[in-house]
Amino acid sequence: MDIDLLTNIFYAMVRTGTPLLLVALGELVCEKSGVLNLGQEGMMLFGAVIGFIVAFSTGSLWLGVLLAIAAGMLLSLLFAIVALGFNANQVATGLALTIFGVGLSTFAGAAWVGKPLTGFEPIALPYLSDIPLIGRMLFAQDLLVYLSFALFALVAWVMLKTRIGLIIQAVGENPDAASAMGLPVLRVRTLAVMFGGAMAGLAGSYLSLAYTPMWAENMTAGRGWIALALVVFASWRVFRVLLGAYLFGLASIVHLVAQGIGISVSSNLLAMLPYVATIVVLVLLSRDAIKTRLFAPVSLGKPWQSGH
Amino acid sequence: MSVSPESLRLQMRGISKRYPGCLANDRIDLNIQPGEIHALLGENGAGKSTLMKIIYGVTQPDSGEIVWRGKPVKMRDPAMARSLGIGMVFQHFSLFETLTVAENIALAMGRAAGTPKQLEGRIREVSQRYGMALEPERLVHSLSIGERQRVEIVRCLMQDIELLILDEPTSVLTPQEADELFATLRRLAAEGCSILFISHKLGEVRALCHGATVLRGGKVSGHCVPRDCSDLELARLMVGDAEGLESTYAKVQGGEHFLQVNELSWENADPFGTSLRAINLEVRSGEIVGIAGVAGNGQDELLAMLSGEQLLHKRDAASIRFAGEPVANLRPDARRKLGLAFVPAERLGHGAVPDMSLSDNALLTAFQQGLVSNGLIKRNKVVAFAEEIIRRFAVKTPDAETPAGSLSGGNLQKFILGREIMQKPKLLVAAHPTWGVDVGAAAAIHRALIALRDAGAAILVISEDLDELFQICDRIGALSSGKLSALTDTPSTCQVEVGRWMAGEFGANPSPIDQAAANPAPLS
Repeated sequence: MDIDLLTNIFYAMVRTGTPLLLVALGELVCEKSGVLNLGQEGMMLFGAVIGFIVAFSTGSLWLGVLLAIAAGMLLSLLFAIVALGFNANQVATGLALTIFGVGLSTFAGAAWVGKPLTGFEPIALPYLSDIPLIGRMLFAQDLLVYLSFALFALVAWVMLKTRIGLIIQAVGENPDAASAMGLPVLRVRTLAVMFGGAMAGLAGSYLSLAYTPMWAENMTAGRGWIALALVVFASWRVFRVLLGAYLFGLASIVHLVAQGIGISVSSNLLAMLPYVATIVVLVLLSRDAIKTRLFAPVSLGKPWQSGH
Repeated sequence: MSVSPESLRLQMRGISKRYPGCLANDRIDLNIQPGEIHALLGENGAGKSTLMKIIYGVTQPDSGEIVWRGKPVKMRDPAMARSLGIGMVFQHFSLFETLTVAENIALAMGRAAGTPKQLEGRIREVSQRYGMALEPERLVHSLSIGERQRVEIVRCLMQDIELLILDEPTSVLTPQEADELFATLRRLAAEGCSILFISHKLGEVRALCHGATVLRGGKVSGHCVPRDCSDLELARLMVGDAEGLESTYAKVQGGEHFLQVNELSWENADPFGTSLRAINLEVRSGEIVGIAGVAGNGQDELLAMLSGEQLLHKRDAASIRFAGEPVANLRPDARRKLGLAFVPAERLGHGAVPDMSLSDNALLTAFQQGLVSNGLIKRNKVVAFAEEIIRRFAVKTPDAETPAGSLSGGNLQKFILGREIMQKPKLLVAAHPTWGVDVGAAAAIHRALIALRDAGAAILVISEDLDELFQICDRIGALSSGKLSALTDTPSTCQVEVGRWMAGEFGANPSPIDQAAANPAPLS
């Protein structure tokens, strides 16, 4: 394997892992606050279709991204109202949200299927992008990928170093105690859910405006679900989410490369590779029960109301 | 009390609070002076919890007035209470296990916490000043219960505090740890901080408190200076003239060994749980054996082993034996067939199914009492059985079809205990048999246990209440960090000695190896 091929694999790995990274970061914050939102797939699809329609109609990619984020937040707000406001079962509500998002995006995007659009183009930073192996991966991406780097750093910093992160973690571990301290549990959780929605919307718009600039039904292809698994198997640790997302990206690329050089394995088996590889590696990493218990939000998925 | 209201730290006038179906507080008056350690005494259900929630702003009174340092205030929420200088240490700690000590304290302090460095310094300063050793960087889940309580108290002391409310603080401590806590509280009071000490343990109230307000049935039944009162006088104020307050029961020797636990060890996979270490124990037919210990030292694990909720491998089956028969690999129903009855620590979820009626709950463990024939439930017999329990154990409930979850804790406890005792077991394992039960009912439960013992059953009681264990048990031991002390005849030991066992000091001069084993290194 020559250097160019590796450079290209790394580059594609980051591009493929980015939507997963974005959704998973949002879900991480959401779950850390104690809310399990299974609606990621639906919110992503809705973000993708809204982003595409807006960008196609107005010609502004950034307006598309912004409204995709708003669309994800809107759906997540719906989830928050039902699951947090009315204390409905979070699993059922999240599943309903995904089914709703799939249907809604198909309905809204029917007229836009197969239309061409020029999406975000890679911007190579001078000199830096010429570094062997990692130059292209880190410094010749489109703006949304750069944004994902920044958002990763932001989430890591907030969750690990700031008081806001501490509050989110406290609310997810013991909402009763947090409430007794005067922390606004439901507001923190609602905001965390909406952050998750915004990230899912952004991830959706990345798919339809940068990764493959077009709209197709169900174009997320289960990435929302993989992101959910990522968060769990990453034991709610932000660096492992990054690792898992790029691992998924890498495995996706490997299966394309393998087909390219004519390895005679059923392409269906190879297509399973990213899902299997990601989950196997993260399961192996999360075997340490103590560490997993330490990072897991104890009251994940449990409804909570003040005054008990 | 002839003190002008202005000089009082806290005055409560005519506080009333009604919950659906009960008047929790009925025109309660309470005065606390600066630097006073004031006891709030009362049985479970007397209204102590409600009153303290009102002081701390968790709930609002229906009527009455709170006067803080001479000014009437309306306590809206805990944040307001804290800003006035009121701190509270709850019975069930409100700590975050996955955060460090410093992070827990930072969360409660808000922006006043400053940088992590400054905060750590201040935590060390406060904890040293009041003699409560704490390491700010340790994770809370690796702390003992006593240490967690220190975190709660230090958290209150970090702010300018003028009234500290402690809800049953010694219920989770060994007698020695309680003494250390009292020293801290006395120092605090000497500096002018008022302390409201909520308890039902008369001895410690008399040792610590300057004044006391006694509640009974939601009303103030008396004010007194605890030091000048006898335990019996205080108890009369708390419970009225209930019988059985001073019952003593004859100690007996028992007959054949029924339950034998032999070198029982179990590695707990739960990092927050306790592993059992080579437990040896026998209970004879016709005796009551008591196991003391601070919560979290292996009681839950030992109970799960004995009841069959946690099974061992077949090759270890002989580590638990009923009348010589190996049972450690048998499920709970098989063990019940051999004569086991079991009262678990958790009433709801383990002892009873909350949403099911009392009669259905009765059937759940008593199916071998002729209530089922050919797989069909004999409904009449089940109801009759449940009604018999309700009658004999004076369970307060509308009828046998009431859901278990709607009974008060004490009533449900009586029902569960009654259900087990009525099955005439050969071995009864009971966890915290009178936890949350009022004095009258506790005396009734004690009498029932003694009667069962005298009828020839082997009984094992696991409890945190040393007074209770000394009252009813013929032999006693203590669990500490998953190890069990040797069992000793109750009359030949004393609470101080059992307290040492609870702290892990089993021998007269514990060897360094034992000490190291009793204080395992914290999880990293």
